[in-house]
Amino acid sequence: MLSQARPGSKGRPLADRLREFTGESAAKCYQCGKCSAGCPLAAEMDFPPSQILRMLQLGFPTLEAKAIASLSIWLCLTCETCLARCPQEVDLPKIMEFLREESLREKKFHPQAKEIIAFHRAFLDSVQAAGRLYEIGLIADYKARSRHLFQDVLVAPKLFWRGKLKLFPHLIKDRSNISRIFSKTLGKKEPSG
Amino acid sequence: MKLGYFPGCSLQGSAGEFDESLQAIAPALGLELIEIPDWSCCGASAAHNLNRLLALALPARTLALAERAGFREVLVPCSACYSRLILTRHELEQDEGLRRQVSEIIGMEYQGTARVLNILEVMGQIFQDGLKGKITKPFEHPVACYYGCLLVRPPKVVQFDRPEDPRTMDELMKKIGAEPIDWVFKVECCGAGFSISRTDLVAKLSSKILADAQRRGAEAIIVACPMCHANLDMRQEKAEKWAGKKYSMPVLYLTQAIGLALGLPEKKLALHQHLVPVSFPVKAKPAAKAKAETASQPAGQSEE
Repeated sequence: MLSQARPGSKGRPLADRLREFTGESAAKCYQCGKCSAGCPLAAEMDFPPSQILRMLQLGFPTLEAKAIASLSIWLCLTCETCLARCPQEVDLPKIMEFLREESLREKKFHPQAKEIIAFHRAFLDSVQAAGRLYEIGLIADYKARSRHLFQDVLVAPKLFWRGKLKLFPHLIKDRSNISRIFSKTLGKKEPSG
Repeated sequence: MKLGYFPGCSLQGSAGEFDESLQAIAPALGLELIEIPDWSCCGASAAHNLNRLLALALPARTLALAERAGFREVLVPCSACYSRLILTRHELEQDEGLRRQVSEIIGMEYQGTARVLNILEVMGQIFQDGLKGKITKPFEHPVACYYGCLLVRPPKVVQFDRPEDPRTMDELMKKIGAEPIDWVFKVECCGAGFSISRTDLVAKLSSKILADAQRRGAEAIIVACPMCHANLDMRQEKAEKWAGKKYSMPVLYLTQAIGLALGLPEKKLALHQHLVPVSFPVKAKPAAKAKAETASQPAGQSEE
């Protein structure tokens, strides 16, 4: 089962839950550091990717909590470079995905991840409403959520006049199917933020 | 070649020129594209950042619709969409319980009968069959072929080309008369979905890519992904500001470069939609040829 509700998850080591929900194990990692060396954003992270794995390996609740509240998990671009180069084939992008979900579920995300999460939420709102992404709506929604009202005011008109920003959303026909998908996955449990 | 077509949201919006140029070259290439009826967004990085099941269900819906419409092969030009679709297909193939769960969520039986193809795969196949007579205006420029992340990774899932130093696009560019340069940023990430939320990081990552392409003499960067394009073209000004230097590097979709070589008018290829003007320095031809010869190095050079 992969649903967002995880009854009885409290008190169990994060590594166990990780294995259950993703089939991945942090124990495979032997700390060669290739993931951190190749990660395009490792330098911006509070903990480089290999260190996040180490935190999960040790199994101390304090370290696990640190991993969940880290900025690193939100800076991961899912570029898959780490997985492509990992000699042990640890699916780190999938582990990051799991940690992000944990972070949202526990409402313990890093304060600097606010913009990134706001963008993802605005994106999904748009898809939920129309079935497809509506870019102007996304930008407006993101600005409202992040309060970065004046960001990109110079570039937006350029995009508009070049025909890159479409005024109206494309609505798919079977929007009730999209509603069904959203309610069966995100449900009403999506934490606000 | 007749294929199911999943344009994705970007190609109907800010990456309209990718769709326009693909549609423009399709007839000359004998490519027939039939849009998947009522396709929906793949969820992009937003879905798989927030909810794994949603990230599987959205692509599965579109794939199930493609199956219903009888498609065995679906072309997905946007490499972000391509990645979401092929990863979903892979995961649902590996896990029968998950396949059933996702089928229940989307209210349709997902079977996994439709293959997912990227633009390079399809173009590579078309060019293999030969297009020589149709190249009327060879695209004679040194170019940096930029594959980005998602066309070649994760290698086990996409099973396409070499993950560190792919060649498909380079070979394609040679066939239209261009000179692909050897460089080290072919598969480095541009910052992808952070284009709006962390423009500062995109500027930094894109700047490194632009700088290397410029330093090695490329006159254009060729891309196959709307996010790569946005971050290298739309955000080029920010990258220039971050680096404190000018790049003025045109960034073209490979379909636009192919279209130019086929002799199609610029307007049909929507070159005017780019923020960085598509113009090339006037140069003496023999010099460029000599450079192309010295630039051909053995494979695998770009790995550290």
